[in-house]
Amino acid sequence: MAAVTGRRSRSILRWLVLVVVGIYLLLPLLAMVEFSTRGAGGTRSLEAWRGIGEDDDLLDSILTSVELAALTVVGMLVLLVPTMTWVHLRVPAVRRIVEFICLLPLTIPAIVLVVGIAPIYAWVTYLVGDSPLTLTFVYVVLVLPYAYRAIDGGLGAIDIVTLSEAARSLGASWPQVLVRVIIPNIRGALISASVVSIALVLGEFTIASLLNFDTVQVVINLLGKRNAGIAVAVSVAALLFAFVLLVVVAYLEPRRRSAPDDETPATAPAVQEARA
Amino acid sequence: MTDMLAPAPAQTRPTGPATRRGAGRRLSAYLGVVPFLAFVTVFLLWPTYIVVTGAFQDDQGQFTMSNVEAVLSGPAYLDSFLVSIALSLVTAALGAVFGALLAWAVAEGRPDGLLRRCVVAASGVLAQFGGVMLAFAFLATFGFNGFITLLLADTLGIDPLSGGGWIYGFAGLAVVYTYFQIPLMLIVFLPALEGLKPQWREASDSLGGSGWAYWRHVGGPILSPSFAGAALLLFANAFSAYATAAALISQGSPLAPLQIRSALTSETVLGQANVGKALALGMVIVVAVVMTLYALLQRRTSKWLR
Repeated sequence: MAAVTGRRSRSILRWLVLVVVGIYLLLPLLAMVEFSTRGAGGTRSLEAWRGIGEDDDLLDSILTSVELAALTVVGMLVLLVPTMTWVHLRVPAVRRIVEFICLLPLTIPAIVLVVGIAPIYAWVTYLVGDSPLTLTFVYVVLVLPYAYRAIDGGLGAIDIVTLSEAARSLGASWPQVLVRVIIPNIRGALISASVVSIALVLGEFTIASLLNFDTVQVVINLLGKRNAGIAVAVSVAALLFAFVLLVVVAYLEPRRRSAPDDETPATAPAVQEARA
Repeated sequence: MTDMLAPAPAQTRPTGPATRRGAGRRLSAYLGVVPFLAFVTVFLLWPTYIVVTGAFQDDQGQFTMSNVEAVLSGPAYLDSFLVSIALSLVTAALGAVFGALLAWAVAEGRPDGLLRRCVVAASGVLAQFGGVMLAFAFLATFGFNGFITLLLADTLGIDPLSGGGWIYGFAGLAVVYTYFQIPLMLIVFLPALEGLKPQWREASDSLGGSGWAYWRHVGGPILSPSFAGAALLLFANAFSAYATAAALISQGSPLAPLQIRSALTSETVLGQANVGKALALGMVIVVAVVMTLYALLQRRTSKWLR
């Protein structure tokens, strides 16, 4: 009897929490939809949503941000995958150092990083030009902790030493081991590392705005002062897009019930717990 | 590196004459990490070095304490740090409590259910993607022309929130920050919650323990290091956040990150160029202290939740 009432009150409490917190989290999103569909004199209109397609600055900035996201993913993969594989296989002694460096950006807020990197970007601009795509360099640094965690989880889940020994003894070169043995085996981890990187780059504002590059977030922010309707409409679209991305990742991730703390490795910014 | 004759890596201990060759190979193995180290040196370690040393240099690069003194004695700077810390404390506490409750409510459901997947994905978006867009979300809700502001004015004819101005103050910032703290708490705390073994609950029940007794004597003590660690992470998260505050507040700089913005953008008085770096150093110190505590707590957590 006591157990039954206990279970019922637990269930009531659970739904109470879900509803109250759910309202708090959903209300601003619904308000955005309401705000962006306001027409003249209390009518509904999709004017603001149509405006997205007509604003050239906005479209340019979306293109810039998408290119940046793609370049950052490539840069991140090229930098991390060979290095981490190599460290796992050949120089485990430096593993802690690589981990420490990769997690360091969590301790250095973006607003701090931008202070230190501004003088370096004077050189970057001098050497490779002042395209917003140069942000790729600092964005690769920014996504390091999240990408590291995802890839480290992937490498930890397979027996990388045995696999590479087998490949090597069959005559594979190191690049072949990497491309034909390691990468196909950690594909899921690479996808989640990439998606998290894409989401971070598309949402990044701090560094782009203070280095004066027109990425999508910077333009949305400026637009908010000029035409709030369009800015809010784009924001809704961007949030939905990111949500869909992350749901897709959730379904791609292999399910390992035995290791619950690896469930959300890519999205979790919490880090050290595994090896601290 | 490319010698095909050596089949097995490190485990086979080289003995006798092979040792020198082994040492050479080990050295060449270290070379594989060089590109990575070169990149992070230029774009991560060097900027950090610039901030740390720049905080103690004047415009000519000479050592000086004047930047640090300016931060410590200028009431505007010091206040911004205090407000930032207060805001981070309040929102970390609120986020931790409500995020933990939400995590519990989600963990009670099916582990592969639609609810769990959607909540986790949505939390990822709101916790890490939001930034500028969250500021707009709250302006659309509570701003001067916000949904709730207008709704209250239209239906009740009242204006309890004084026209939406509050959203730009401390209370407004706290509400907006809590909005991304709750999802972050869910992401961080859910794995810990799911690490609780059902057997522990059954053992407690079969010994006649009530739900309260279980949380008081079993669940609570096991989860408390995780909870405290997650709360610290939330603090660091709120303290380093910039985008939302910057989009919300375009005039004045009540928070430390916004002080850095004005130091960077307004080409400050000559001789003060490095005050921004001193402010940045102050932020690094606060975050580093918090993250060190976090790492220490994590070490305790992993004992049970393995």
